[in-house]
Amino acid sequence: MVQADVLIVGGGGAGCSAALHLAQRGVRVVLLERGLVGGQATGVNYGGVRQQGRDPAGLPLARKSREIWSRITELTGADVEFDPCGHLKLARSEADEAELLRWNALAEEYGLRPRMIGRNAIRERHPYFSDVVVAGSLMEEDGSANPRLLAPALARAARAAGAEIREHHAVTSLAHDGRQFEVVAKETRFTAPWLLNCAGFWGGEIAARFGEPVPIEKLHPNMLVTEPLPYFLRESLGVVGGDLYLRQIPRGNVIFGGGRGESDAGITRTRPRPDAAFGAMRRAIAVIPRLADAMVIRSWTGTDGELPDHFPVLGPSATTPGLLHAFGFCGEGFQTGPGVGAVLSDLVMDGATDVPLGAFDIGRFTAAQIAV
Amino acid sequence: MTATRLVDQDRPALIFRVDGVEVPAKQGDTLLTAMLTAGLGHVRTSEFGDGGRAGFCWMGACQDCWVVVAGQGVRRACTTLVEPGIEVIRR
Amino acid sequence: MKAVVVGAGPAGIRAVEQLVRAGVTPIWIDEAPDGGGRITQRPPAGFSRGASALYGADSGRARRLHATLDALKPRTDWRPDTLVWNIRPEDRVLHTLTNGAAQDEVQYDALILCTGAMDRVLPLPGWTLPGVTSLGGAQVALKSQGVGVGANPVLIGTGPLLWLTALQYAKAGAKPAAVLDTTDLLTKARFGAGMLWNLPTLLRGMGLYAQLKLRGVKLYEDITPLAIEGVNGVTAVHWRDAAWKEHVTPCDAVAMGWGLKPEAQLADLAGVPFDYDGTQQNWVPRKDAAGRSPVAGVYLAGDGAGIGGVDVAELGGARAALALLADAHLPSDMALTHHLDGRLRTERRFRAALEQAFPYPARLAARMDDSTSVCRCEVITAGELRRAAAADAPEMNRAKAFSRVGMGRCQGRLCGTPAAAVLARELQVEVPEVGRLRGQPPVKPVPLQQVD
Repeated sequence: MVQADVLIVGGGGAGCSAALHLAQRGVRVVLLERGLVGGQATGVNYGGVRQQGRDPAGLPLARKSREIWSRITELTGADVEFDPCGHLKLARSEADEAELLRWNALAEEYGLRPRMIGRNAIRERHPYFSDVVVAGSLMEEDGSANPRLLAPALARAARAAGAEIREHHAVTSLAHDGRQFEVVAKETRFTAPWLLNCAGFWGGEIAARFGEPVPIEKLHPNMLVTEPLPYFLRESLGVVGGDLYLRQIPRGNVIFGGGRGESDAGITRTRPRPDAAFGAMRRAIAVIPRLADAMVIRSWTGTDGELPDHFPVLGPSATTPGLLHAFGFCGEGFQTGPGVGAVLSDLVMDGATDVPLGAFDIGRFTAAQIAV
Repeated sequence: MTATRLVDQDRPALIFRVDGVEVPAKQGDTLLTAMLTAGLGHVRTSEFGDGGRAGFCWMGACQDCWVVVAGQGVRRACTTLVEPGIEVIRR
Repeated sequence: MKAVVVGAGPAGIRAVEQLVRAGVTPIWIDEAPDGGGRITQRPPAGFSRGASALYGADSGRARRLHATLDALKPRTDWRPDTLVWNIRPEDRVLHTLTNGAAQDEVQYDALILCTGAMDRVLPLPGWTLPGVTSLGGAQVALKSQGVGVGANPVLIGTGPLLWLTALQYAKAGAKPAAVLDTTDLLTKARFGAGMLWNLPTLLRGMGLYAQLKLRGVKLYEDITPLAIEGVNGVTAVHWRDAAWKEHVTPCDAVAMGWGLKPEAQLADLAGVPFDYDGTQQNWVPRKDAAGRSPVAGVYLAGDGAGIGGVDVAELGGARAALALLADAHLPSDMALTHHLDGRLRTERRFRAALEQAFPYPARLAARMDDSTSVCRCEVITAGELRRAAAADAPEMNRAKAFSRVGMGRCQGRLCGTPAAAVLARELQVEVPEVGRLRGQPPVKPVPLQQVD
């Protein structure tokens, strides 16, 4: 039997960051990961470190996380290729442009400084855009990082700080005896007064196990990458409506996505979908015609959890003392992962956090939503 | 590299262009054969600074001989036959 | 009954032959314009060499296969110049790209994958230089184009293809500068006895060796390749002989190959599990003796299902088709099925001996210098791969995620085998323990631009 102060289930960005933040505060923390850390949504997403376009209710969390991204190299002792290259959200119609203006005004109330780039300026600064693009909003402090590196880097740092990171430890049972949690993984019993549910899409099963089911659905973002092309694009791009996101890494490959992949019933295998890929390819060429000559060399998808209001479940359980949920990040968890770990650490150690979590409360779903 | 015409070379001659320069070839040549027997040395340049590349597997597997053919897009030189007058651009 | 056969080499031809014989009209897809596969590849129109000049001892086989191929094409839905780049096995759909431009979908009830093989390589310093090709590439250049990759190439590797290619080059008028075999004579002799299961092929191999000696081609055994020298192209090969003496052999090209590995990407995308075959030192898709994979409706044959050579490809192609027919409760030739099963059993024993006689030099790969590019697409060095291992990469896909090895255009076709050897040694585990690079669509690059 292994006794800890805090058990974490799930080694994505949130779980690994929580392990690191708690270990730094001297807590005995054990993280249980079914496969390898960062093997699911954190490891195979687009790699956007983006605040832009988020619902205002999510901005305080995104801001807190962005502050951690600024010192991610010092925090992890590793280069996770974080690049504050800016996130440029494109308008493809006047209605889109109005939407950008609306969000920019809201964002300023949260201390963000997005900048509108008008019709002429965008043509001048980005001559490779087609006429489809009518304007853009630039969040200079947004950017990107290498998703394959984040969770392993956080986990290594957590380990160095004293956390136990147990990979290939699939949880086979979970229980709470009124005082402590008992979790069995790889035929070993783990006990602790705190349990952090950072299990991504599968976090829904854990919540249900403690009597609070949520209406979570699988989300498989469909992504592609081109061969290396001459470097021309610094900013990470999005569009109003969200059906295309695209960035170029300094090595030259253009990473882009849009639409959804698929999985079999047990999610033993996820697959990108060619129809989604074709859609993203068409939209990418429509915005950047020079991509018509490029080749796609790889495509992939991953598994995240999605909730009806597009917010995650983040905060204390309504049924079980000592249980904290952090799952269902709706495809937007890569940027917030480091911040979520800090929030969880604050909740365990201080009983409070400076990030408002009301919108993320597990009790917000109606009985009808849950029944579906 | 220079590939060497050894046997079965009694085929009609033709001309195509590589990077704007006229290059002789024979009907039935692949782009890779035509470019390497004509002494062009390489068919693409590695994106990562380690020089020219001239294909490797000659059978469509290694993906190391992509060129641009005007009007056709990106093509594997080893599996694309040369045609009179086509324009090849090396990347 | 919608049957689809991918590949028109020896396995695909024999598979389609049995399907057509049973009254099934398959969709038949091949990447080449004219089918024929690799060993019996035909030159494009306009070349004039006859079968005996092109295929030597295999000319009879080539003539028979080509005759069958040409007779079958009109009796099938023949789709040449077509790449299958993805499979969605749950919906039994293939995604195809024709002439490098036109996308299409193909539905199937049953699918026979006859996707062939490619050379297994050993990255060396300088192996990305123009003038370095795979051994199979050097052979294709001569067979299908009448050109040599050089006039004085050095051929490095091991296996029958090494000798065969050298002899073909010598006969075509090139002067191979040297043939460098990494296997010692003792290993070849020890396992040679096992090849008595296929005496004609064994004798052919010995004949090749004798002819090369007669022609004065310099053959060296038990050598260690050190580096390929050159600036804009190959100028020499550095190597060490069995007595540890170093040599520099001037040359204008290098062809390298150590046996073959299956081109099994489609089986992978179809969800077929893979097992490590320690004898052939390859990961191979799982199938039963008849060619049935564990994925319903998916059958495997030829070298793409595990290296077996051309005899096994022909036998296995026919056998897989008969399995498909039997599974679909269509009439199938029971006597032929029985005959094929017997022959395949004998061939397996021969093949095991052959693989052991010409092993992949995993030890050399594992020790490659830190500065050698193990992944030629992304130009990732062995040192970078070793650093990935140090950053806690216990298996190949994690090492890929950290280092980008295998992330390039070829998707690890070339670097997968040597990179696994490097990683395994770094982690001090056996090669199978580091696993294999998982396949991702597209099987080969596809253009962003869609053409309808």
